[in-house]
Amino acid sequence: MKKIIVFAVMVSALFLFTACSKGSGEKVYVYNWGEYIDPEVFELFEEETGIEVVDDYFESNEEMYPKIKAGAVQYDVVCPSDYMIQKMIDEDLLAEINFDNVPNLKNIDTSYLKSSETFDPGNKFSVPYCWGTLGILYNKTMVDEPIDSWSAIFDEKYSGNILMIDSVRDAFGITLSYLGYDMNTTNETELDEAKALLQEQYPLVQAYVVDQVRDKMIGEEAALGVIYSGEAIYTKRENENLEYVVPKEGSNVWIDAWVIPKNCRNKENAEAFINFICDGEIALKNFEYITYSTPNSIARDMIEDEDIKNSQVAFPPQEVLDRCTTFRYLGEDFEAMYNNKWNEVKTE
Amino acid sequence: MNVLNKLTRHTENSERSLQNTHVNNVKWLSFPYIIWMSGFILVPLVLIIFYGLTNKENGFTFDNITLISDPINRQALFLALKLSLFSTAICLLLAYPLAIILNKTKMKSNSFIVLILILPMWMNFLLRTIAWQNILEKKGVINNILAFFHLPALNIINTPTAIILGMVYNFLPFMVLPIYNVLIKIDKDVVNAARDLGANNRQTFMKIIFPLSLPGVISGITMVFVPSLTTFVISTILGGSKIILIGNVIEQQFRLGNWHTGSGLSLVLMIFILFSMAILSKYDKESEGSNLW
Repeated sequence: MKKIIVFAVMVSALFLFTACSKGSGEKVYVYNWGEYIDPEVFELFEEETGIEVVDDYFESNEEMYPKIKAGAVQYDVVCPSDYMIQKMIDEDLLAEINFDNVPNLKNIDTSYLKSSETFDPGNKFSVPYCWGTLGILYNKTMVDEPIDSWSAIFDEKYSGNILMIDSVRDAFGITLSYLGYDMNTTNETELDEAKALLQEQYPLVQAYVVDQVRDKMIGEEAALGVIYSGEAIYTKRENENLEYVVPKEGSNVWIDAWVIPKNCRNKENAEAFINFICDGEIALKNFEYITYSTPNSIARDMIEDEDIKNSQVAFPPQEVLDRCTTFRYLGEDFEAMYNNKWNEVKTE
Repeated sequence: MNVLNKLTRHTENSERSLQNTHVNNVKWLSFPYIIWMSGFILVPLVLIIFYGLTNKENGFTFDNITLISDPINRQALFLALKLSLFSTAICLLLAYPLAIILNKTKMKSNSFIVLILILPMWMNFLLRTIAWQNILEKKGVINNILAFFHLPALNIINTPTAIILGMVYNFLPFMVLPIYNVLIKIDKDVVNAARDLGANNRQTFMKIIFPLSLPGVISGITMVFVPSLTTFVISTILGGSKIILIGNVIEQQFRLGNWHTGSGLSLVLMIFILFSMAILSKYDKESEGSNLW
């Protein structure tokens, strides 16, 4: 019954839209995070291969997933994070990549391929794109002491000056690690404790944001913001009062990687696109634009600015990484539990 | 006499048949809209009802509907009702005098005012709302001006007040235009007659103008109340994702892929809207309504 109705809608939609989708030439449909690729890379790709890039953006893994799952929109290449890739592999949504078509994989540092095995055993489905940590970006002129702990974002002193991350796993992850628990916990008492702390934090928070945190911190709207490390270099470039720190209690280290959904339109085009992104010079160009840490060793060697090349923010030392954990997919039930508790936090 | 009667009857008949063929021809013109309506209004509505009344295994259930009694959802619904009632009331208070002024001013300046009112609508709704965010922010335009005059800062961004402001700003034209539309159609002679019979300004307004303008007021209220109640964009942008309205809850359910829950809650919202429209239409004695809608 449900299928029939969905089918009827699809047919009527097709009927109305086929006229516009007729185009000449090859296309690749890319579904990526917002502000996460240099638009010139698309142009260069089009010039080199003649394949036109059709791009679309999402703001969180949770927003991306149902679209792929429902298959309503067919994308060729998608860029989810670690735990979401694991979930998509589990649910058989991803196609194995034919690495004969991705010779540039050799440019990716093997250590990242190794850490990718935690969510993609055997590296069959994904190619690392960017990686980084989650931390606090703070404005040196607006805080009294150097920030080195998550306690700052729960401190009443900074009431109204805190920008909290609007992403369920990240928000709970940092709270759990502040409390000394595992970021991937499935223990409900621990989660409830984290929820209680987040509820206490609610009145102190100026806004829950993801992409907007960057501009708000540059504009000195707030003193502290929870942010991905990749934004740190860019924001510091725009406002030198800003400083990024991975708190001492530990944090999340993440990898975003390119994957190809099973229902893609053209797998070869997708592989050509991934291969192009892994090219050393392209990866460098892209890195300079988005400033998210690249796993591409050729690109990293070519970085000219010594400060960035040796930046502890872009390429954190081992002792920082040692206190960071990767998110794992926890299964549908715990996912729902996290979401419910997150909703409870926000409707105090 | 008989002949004459026959003749008139004959012409009447032929006129009627002429009219009929005319109507039949015109009916065809509605065909594109019927396709549009069934594809984009009826089918989605059926889908929402279907999803709202089933669970993941496609079994019939009321669970999605009763989820509204969950404390989070109930709170979000009440907050949305409260904010949209406030913004509708504010819109009405602002729009009615404006519509009267528009009605009284001369034609030329009048169309200029209407233009100014509609001008912002030429820009995208999202852009305008984001602009408000920049205006209201802690270091935004208003606070910069206040700081220049050494006045205390205004902190309404990310509060319900900012959301009401956003609703009023975005939906005000939908209140002004229907009221204005009705006011210009009120026959001047009716007003003059009231004057002749000795009614003063207040009486003329209360007994003549206001009752006659009710259809416009009612469609204005509907046009403002419904989008305010269901909005999730305004509350996200001006509420900093801190304030969750029922629209946000539904949007989130769809984002997370819970189509059943999202549809169920949408149905509840539809019931609220239908209910409020039923109350309104009781007051709307002129069943024709304003000609605008």
